[in-house]
Amino acid sequence: MIQLAWLIPLLPLAGWALNALFGKRLNRSSVAIIACVPILAAFAVSTGILFEISGSIKKQFIVELFPWINAGGLSAAFAFLIDPLTCVFLMIITGIGFLIHLYSVGYMAEDEGFARFFAYLNLFVFFMLLLVMGENYLIMFVGWEGVGLCSYLLIGFWFKVHEYNMAAKKAFVMNRIGDLGFILGIFLLFVNFNSVSYTEIFDQVPSMKSGDPILVTACLLLFVGAMGKSAQIPLYTWLPDAMAGPTPVSALIHAATMVTAGIYMIARSNILYTMAPLAMEVVAITGLLTALFAAAIGLFQNDIKKVLAYSTVSQLGYMFLGLGVGAYTGAVFHVMTHAFFKALLFLAAGSVIHALHHEQDIRNMGGLKNKTRVTFLTFLIGTIAISGLPPLSGFFSKDEILAHTFSHNKLFWFFGLLGSMLTAFYMFRLLFLTFFGKFRGGKEKESHIHESPSSMTIPLVVLAILSIVGGGFGFPSFTGLSHHLNDFLSPVFAGSTSRLVHGHLSHTTEYLLIALAVAAASAAIYYAWKLFVKEGITSPAEGEKLSPIRKLIYHKFYVDEFYDSLITKPLDRMSSFFYSIVEIKGIDAVVNGVGEMAKWTGGIIRKAQTGYVSFYLWVMALAIAATIFFKLL
Amino acid sequence: MNYFLSNLTLLNITVPVQWYLYLSAALFCIGVAGALTRRNAIILFMSVELMLNAVNLLMVAFSNHLGDASGQVFVFFVMVVAAAEVAVGLAILMMIYRNTGSVDVGFLKKLKW
Repeated sequence: MIQLAWLIPLLPLAGWALNALFGKRLNRSSVAIIACVPILAAFAVSTGILFEISGSIKKQFIVELFPWINAGGLSAAFAFLIDPLTCVFLMIITGIGFLIHLYSVGYMAEDEGFARFFAYLNLFVFFMLLLVMGENYLIMFVGWEGVGLCSYLLIGFWFKVHEYNMAAKKAFVMNRIGDLGFILGIFLLFVNFNSVSYTEIFDQVPSMKSGDPILVTACLLLFVGAMGKSAQIPLYTWLPDAMAGPTPVSALIHAATMVTAGIYMIARSNILYTMAPLAMEVVAITGLLTALFAAAIGLFQNDIKKVLAYSTVSQLGYMFLGLGVGAYTGAVFHVMTHAFFKALLFLAAGSVIHALHHEQDIRNMGGLKNKTRVTFLTFLIGTIAISGLPPLSGFFSKDEILAHTFSHNKLFWFFGLLGSMLTAFYMFRLLFLTFFGKFRGGKEKESHIHESPSSMTIPLVVLAILSIVGGGFGFPSFTGLSHHLNDFLSPVFAGSTSRLVHGHLSHTTEYLLIALAVAAASAAIYYAWKLFVKEGITSPAEGEKLSPIRKLIYHKFYVDEFYDSLITKPLDRMSSFFYSIVEIKGIDAVVNGVGEMAKWTGGIIRKAQTGYVSFYLWVMALAIAATIFFKLL
Repeated sequence: MNYFLSNLTLLNITVPVQWYLYLSAALFCIGVAGALTRRNAIILFMSVELMLNAVNLLMVAFSNHLGDASGQVFVFFVMVVAAAEVAVGLAILMMIYRNTGSVDVGFLKKLKW
């Protein structure tokens, strides 16, 4: 089965090619089949590989397809690395990818760009698979750029709306900033290790000194790439704007898969980071700050998708916190559970938006729980899961990260707990404002509310089940149950775990931590319930007076405005200076001056051209005569 | 022509090379004078041809005089080029005549500037 690994990315690529070339001429059901079947087939192959890997003693397979780049000292083969980490990501990408494809068939049913949408979506899956399957940093980079491109195309999918195009461009440019760091990191690794292949680099790393400046620099540069792709401070502002794309895109690309590429990259390079403790500390602090910051912004947002976007940024922050404190398995675990419940939340939000005919403002919702039963129940499950209440999946992964954080640094743990409290609060606020109370969108709209078609609700139900049982992949050690994911992934992180010093927590401490976390989340939920259900408060309308702190948070701490005045405006001013002074008055003046001069002298000399042939002949004859005369003299 | 001239030599009716020189100089001058003074395009053409042929004649004469055949070969090239030039020139002339009803070279002076 492992030798068939090349099929996994090839199938979505074929789906893309067919839909991109012939999609316009095909009817919608064939387009949908062409798009969904390859993903399902890729999922089947991935499942086969997963079973083969977990059954075999050897845990790392390299499938070499063809020699790719041979230039100077660089030789990179086009090869796939199949190991447990890749398997986990393959399952997430193809599995959730398939569910979201299925959902999109219903969600996009009336869109005129149906075939284009699925072509982009398949192309995205192809690049994402390339990213996680590649055996060297170059293939990862190709996938990395490819998913960025697809993200751009899909954010600006409804390209007739100017705002959406701006959001797409913002995402693209922000990602480019990160990618610059990423590629510089690859260059540094290549210069230092004379290879871009994972196995070759990782074999050389353990013999180096821990904290080697080159390693630290390379890790930090790679992390800049992860900041861009995974929306961490300071490059996170593109992700909330990316919600301009269709909702399935937000679920697949901007929640479940693409944004976790940074986590995959660090988990893949875990040995590099383990050997660079400073870089790990930076990763942890950045993650923690992002988790808190984004959660705070999420408190007062009014767009259902924006709240989810900030919660994604915040959860990604947790994953980086986990990576930074050495909880590699915990981070990958959280990627997995987050993929389940965040995809679920986005798809359920999409179902709400669908039911309300493209209404996204929660101030105009409310009371939907009886009208859209399936959506409500699945959204509720997702919300509980993300809030970290047992026994749903989010609890296990978040607990694992927080437990590691506690043994690493108590202060980090405290802020992490604070962040998860905020998460519980704003998620339940969203739930209460959307589904409880009375409908606030007016009578006319209320009569049109309808549950979504089954192609949309089936993925919701499947994801809800996964969100409930997903925690079963990794029970905490004190329960006495096995941590399947940890056992499965341990070969990948073996080099790191032997080097990292893990303070072991006693079972009492672990119980205490869990009790605290659950209590904090419950308190936050109770407070949200008290505010938004019992007292029936709704979010203030646009233009209403807000308290200063609230105003600051509502305007997202003015980060966009800050970037605008710090970078965009000076750049704009510089550009207009270069345009109006240097370009127009300098370069253009010189170039045009040369032309003007030729024109002016020509204007004088051309008067000699009288149009009389006889005159020309005379001039010629006399000139020849004169030449001969003077020559002979 | 070489053969013909050789026969002339055999008959002892030798034409000195200076005579050819005078003749072609005279022909050339007639051509130049015609080209400079006339305005009829066809006459201009004839004058130009006259100049060309004056040169041709001179080249053949010297070729024979110096016993070097390359001068005569060169004349063939001149004739070929002249023929091509006339073909193009006459075609242009035809068009000018059709459009303006005149072959006066001064007539097209409006095309200037």
